[in-house]
Amino acid sequence: MSGIVLPDLSRFQASGRETCFHDRHVGAQIYAGLDGSNWRLKDYEARGGYTALKKILGKVGVAGLTPEQVVAEVKASGLRGRGGAGFPTGLKWSFMPRALPVQKYLVCNSDEGEPGTCKDRDILAYNPHIVIEGMAIAAYAMGTTVGYNYIHGEIFEIYERFEEALSEAREAGYLGDDILGSGFRFQLHAFHGFGAYICGEETGLLESLEGKKGQPRFKPPFPASFGLYGKPTTINNTETFAAVPWIINHGGEAYLKIGKPNNGGTKIFSMVGDVELPGNYEIPMGLPFPKLLELAGGVKGGRKLKAVIPGGASAPVLPASIMMDLTMDYDACAKAGSMLGSGAVIVMDETRCMVDALLRLSYFYMHESCGQCTPCREGTGWLWRMVHRIEHGQGRPDDLKLLDSVAENIMGRTICALGDAAAMPVRGMLKHFRDEFAYHVEHKRCMVGPGASRTAPKAEAVAA
Amino acid sequence: MSQGANAPMVLSEATRARFAREVAKYPSDQKQSAVMACLSILQQEQGWVSTQAEEAVARYLGMPPIAVSEVTTFYNMYNRQPVGRFKLNVCTNLPCQLRDGQHALEHLCQRLGVEEGGTTADGLFTIQKSECLGACADAPVLLVNDRQMVSTMTDARLDDLVATLKASTK
Repeated sequence: MSGIVLPDLSRFQASGRETCFHDRHVGAQIYAGLDGSNWRLKDYEARGGYTALKKILGKVGVAGLTPEQVVAEVKASGLRGRGGAGFPTGLKWSFMPRALPVQKYLVCNSDEGEPGTCKDRDILAYNPHIVIEGMAIAAYAMGTTVGYNYIHGEIFEIYERFEEALSEAREAGYLGDDILGSGFRFQLHAFHGFGAYICGEETGLLESLEGKKGQPRFKPPFPASFGLYGKPTTINNTETFAAVPWIINHGGEAYLKIGKPNNGGTKIFSMVGDVELPGNYEIPMGLPFPKLLELAGGVKGGRKLKAVIPGGASAPVLPASIMMDLTMDYDACAKAGSMLGSGAVIVMDETRCMVDALLRLSYFYMHESCGQCTPCREGTGWLWRMVHRIEHGQGRPDDLKLLDSVAENIMGRTICALGDAAAMPVRGMLKHFRDEFAYHVEHKRCMVGPGASRTAPKAEAVAA
Repeated sequence: MSQGANAPMVLSEATRARFAREVAKYPSDQKQSAVMACLSILQQEQGWVSTQAEEAVARYLGMPPIAVSEVTTFYNMYNRQPVGRFKLNVCTNLPCQLRDGQHALEHLCQRLGVEEGGTTADGLFTIQKSECLGACADAPVLLVNDRQMVSTMTDARLDDLVATLKASTK
């Protein structure tokens, strides 16, 4: 059987023009010079691609770099994990037992499913070789000979493109058993998910890569000692690997200087929600939020900014007043009580109801909880049911306190961070928009938005 | 196919070749790593993953059938029942909702006369809401038959898509 052949749907596909090839990046490194058609190996080489790999292997007329020197360069760059946690990349690489004579693995986390985020998709679609080069450099630094790129199942076309890029790289000798005649060996393969947010969590991802349910593992042991197939493994995000070639070419110091102390380099932000020009914006770390908002054309329809979730759905929401004073880097976002996360900036204007927004997020976490830990499995459903009844005019006087309590009791009591991720939006909303929730409970309708004029709420009975 | 409903599924040479390409990526004692890819290949070829399909994958990879079933039941995109010829998954997560994702879902349901999750009487379309497709800047977005994403789906483009898909069956 050949299956169903779809008609030509190319006119419905994303072109990348609006999201990636606009000229509103600031000092782009990863997205520099892309136009959608120049993703192939020859184009990447024309942009200076694979020179960093050649450099470390001593193929550009100078002595190469030792693995220790590569790790030191990455440490000096201040590069931090771009997937969400912001862990220092060089430090993570130094945890790998490089000399241990066992098979070690390198994994790229391209399971980009944090609501709001679509940056890795554009890297893989329009500049896949930068990820391959970054992974090859990382493999060299950590003594790893086999790698996998775990790609979000929903972007299947990107998975197919990445496989094509891998073929090109193998053909050219950038991957294989004797890379560029240096004796360095690294084999890289593509893997696709099939719809599970939890596989973005690194140990859930490893389980999935082993052909199982993506239920996260208890840590410790950490992947650096017990990872894929029980072997030492390092997992980094797509954008993290993509940042590495620039660091090797220009030096860690130069990278650090582009950003802020402890927050080196550029970062790609996905500007989504109520902005005029949604898309990905690569900017120096530490740029003020108002500047980023301006790059994205400002709030849609010239309306007033109400709230922003600055780091993907799992990050606590911040009100406009805090956002407009915020710089976009890990430390500033943390200090403001939220997190930079994956760099997904979800913008909401003055007409948006925060109860409605939280309702959708709570549904998501309930739907995607893997079911392994009771506080998360039961708690996410409980949170959703409470927010649902508040939104539908059936809120009870004690509900806000109960929401606080349930969120509080999920935090820190689960194997992985999904529990915290479900609780943090609730806590953020209640911290900054408690009045709006209280209004809903008391008046059975919204303070803002189309629901504000609603007099007789349609209530569906949902038991707590 | 002439097989009875409960007869073991026989994999074609072409399918086995596709499976082999996936299995080759992993260590020889870790063939199970290819289970997700093999299941998605069968879903693409047959429209859904039946118990027989799970068993065929289990035999091919040397896994217990229940371990394959654990995978199909865990991941959102496997169809454990037959679906329409075209399965449309509309993202309605918050970033998409802010840019009419929910509206797109409702428009499609209304246009095709189905409830969310349902299949049209002619068997052509199944409409489902989905979680984040990772394309938030292109909202409204939806996925056609797991493999083809379509973007910035205004009502006019949704109508165009439906007409294009329908026309391809004539």
